Amino acid sequence: MRKVTVYEIKGLYRDDFRVNGYEFGEGEKAVCIVGSMRGNEIQQLYCCSQMVRKLKQMEQDGKLVSGKKILVIPCVNPYSMNTQKRFWSVDNTDINRMFPGYSEGETTQRIAEGVFAVISEYQFGIQFTSFYMPGEFMPHVRMMGTGFEDTGLARQFGMPYVVIRKVRPYDTTTLNYNWQIWETQAFSIYTTTTTRVDKKSAGEAMRGILNFLNKQGIVEYHSHDGYISQVVKDTDMVSVRTNRSGLFEPTVRVGDEVSKGQKLAYIYDSFEGEVIDELTAPVEGIVFFMHSEPLTYSNTAVFKLVVRNE
Amino acid sequence: MIKTVASMELPVGEKFKIQKNRIEAEHLTEGVKRISIVTGIHGDELEGQYVCFELLRRIRQQEEKLAGIVDIYPALNPLGIDSITRGIPAFDLDMNRLFPGNRDGNMTEYLASEIIQDITGSDLVLDIHASNIFLTEIPQIRINELHREKLVPLAMESNVDFIWVHGASTVLEATFAHSLNSIGTPVLVVEMGVGMRITKAYGDQMVDGIFHLMEKLGIWTGNVTPVRAPILSDDPEDVVYLNASVGGVFLPDVRHWERLRKGERIGRIIHPLSGEVLDEVTSPVDGILFTIREYPVVDEGSLVGRLLRKKLE
Repeated sequence: MRKVTVYEIKGLYRDDFRVNGYEFGEGEKAVCIVGSMRGNEIQQLYCCSQMVRKLKQMEQDGKLVSGKKILVIPCVNPYSMNTQKRFWSVDNTDINRMFPGYSEGETTQRIAEGVFAVISEYQFGIQFTSFYMPGEFMPHVRMMGTGFEDTGLARQFGMPYVVIRKVRPYDTTTLNYNWQIWETQAFSIYTTTTTRVDKKSAGEAMRGILNFLNKQGIVEYHSHDGYISQVVKDTDMVSVRTNRSGLFEPTVRVGDEVSKGQKLAYIYDSFEGEVIDELTAPVEGIVFFMHSEPLTYSNTAVFKLVVRNE
Repeated sequence: MIKTVASMELPVGEKFKIQKNRIEAEHLTEGVKRISIVTGIHGDELEGQYVCFELLRRIRQQEEKLAGIVDIYPALNPLGIDSITRGIPAFDLDMNRLFPGNRDGNMTEYLASEIIQDITGSDLVLDIHASNIFLTEIPQIRINELHREKLVPLAMESNVDFIWVHGASTVLEATFAHSLNSIGTPVLVVEMGVGMRITKAYGDQMVDGIFHLMEKLGIWTGNVTPVRAPILSDDPEDVVYLNASVGGVFLPDVRHWERLRKGERIGRIIHPLSGEVLDEVTSPVDGILFTIREYPVVDEGSLVGRLLRKKLE
């Protein structure tokens, strides 16, 4: 393992801003794994730190295939993590809306460019990422529907779901999208949480990545193959929206199977404690996403259900 | 008359409202024209607040001269304005990346959709921005090249100093202006001043421009002041960006809208701890400085200014 500086800029009063990477092996650029890009992505940082620990062990045990280079970047944005701000500490811009970056541009464009220059020629790109709304997910692999996506490859992770996301205008500046445009097969990995560590889904994601790397001949890893992934389009999921604002109390958990008509959550009047809204499942399915904050606004998609096929 | 454009309940005992004030001629004729003045999409941009107030004040002084409809939307992002937040608080989203919205979507998408529905059909919309807290802008109108044909003639009549026709970008498709311009409701995007402050002189200049536009559209029959002739830039090569070469504290030497010669010093980036000058920022071309950094602390890459070249006499 070699610790490398992927990108750095000088700080005024802070330590210099540094994006650190961990390289394993030499040769063909096989896979790059990227962790937190936003200051609240603690789980994403944790997942990558565990990947570094595991790969280090595998390297010592001779389990990394020679001629293949692996790069892990646990954190693209330590400045924001250390100040507990979600976005860039000065101008509140999001590095994951700056790709492919611009070396003569503003700070976060330069960071994106500097990082992308190092990570763009890998055969596979894997990013631990988070959703813009606070919530918990079923662990899954997500790909943008750019026309270049290969769902067969995504299923090799053996995670429960592969989600194809319809590209929106703002997606065109994300790392995942730009990796794909520049011919890296890109995957986003969603585990259950963002702001707190969830070891179970982190372990599941790590096994998924190692399964994938084993199938691609990058590492030797022998475990159970995981799940036979179900491929779902994000537009095919059924959203359950709140009718009222108030205190939110779910009665199910992420991953639960629910029947049509089953109670999913109550919303209480935040002053008088009365139930003002009851949410029920409009279809039989699996709870794929669930809002995780105790307050909710009305009209908010607090659940996303994967419809059961059988 | 104050009307509610969109409303919804918030979780803890508060009703959220986006409001507008409509003033109209006493006798509306068929084919009457409507102008909409919109501001406050970004909660930290306040220059438009004075424009809304002053426009209303001046119309009321001569209300009999009004021959059409004026809709004033001073706060499209009221929670943002009230909490000094650029985006929509709690969602951490830039409201100007949510349009045209979705009536059946979440709160933010629903609001965006209601706003678009209310404003669609205006004969002209001005969307007044105030740069951000980092940069001061000379009063200017920015136009996506896709809509230049329709918008440049209107912008020429608006009393700004500068019209910047810029390239199209996929990301900008979700802006308020692009969403309306694409369905035929013309929107001029005004940038002027700086975030979190009000520059009264720029506000007065803009109000004069709005009266001039209203007169052109047949909405105002009173006297109007002549407008200044703006500089039009439609060549991307015209605009030169100055980015900080190093992090530090930026001290400007020159004033905004100053004509500069190549090599002239614009400012210094200093390091207060060591007492060193880390960099001298000089003008790379002959030109006019139409953007200058207001907020002193810079990171490497922070925008320090923008220059318009070739436009010297």
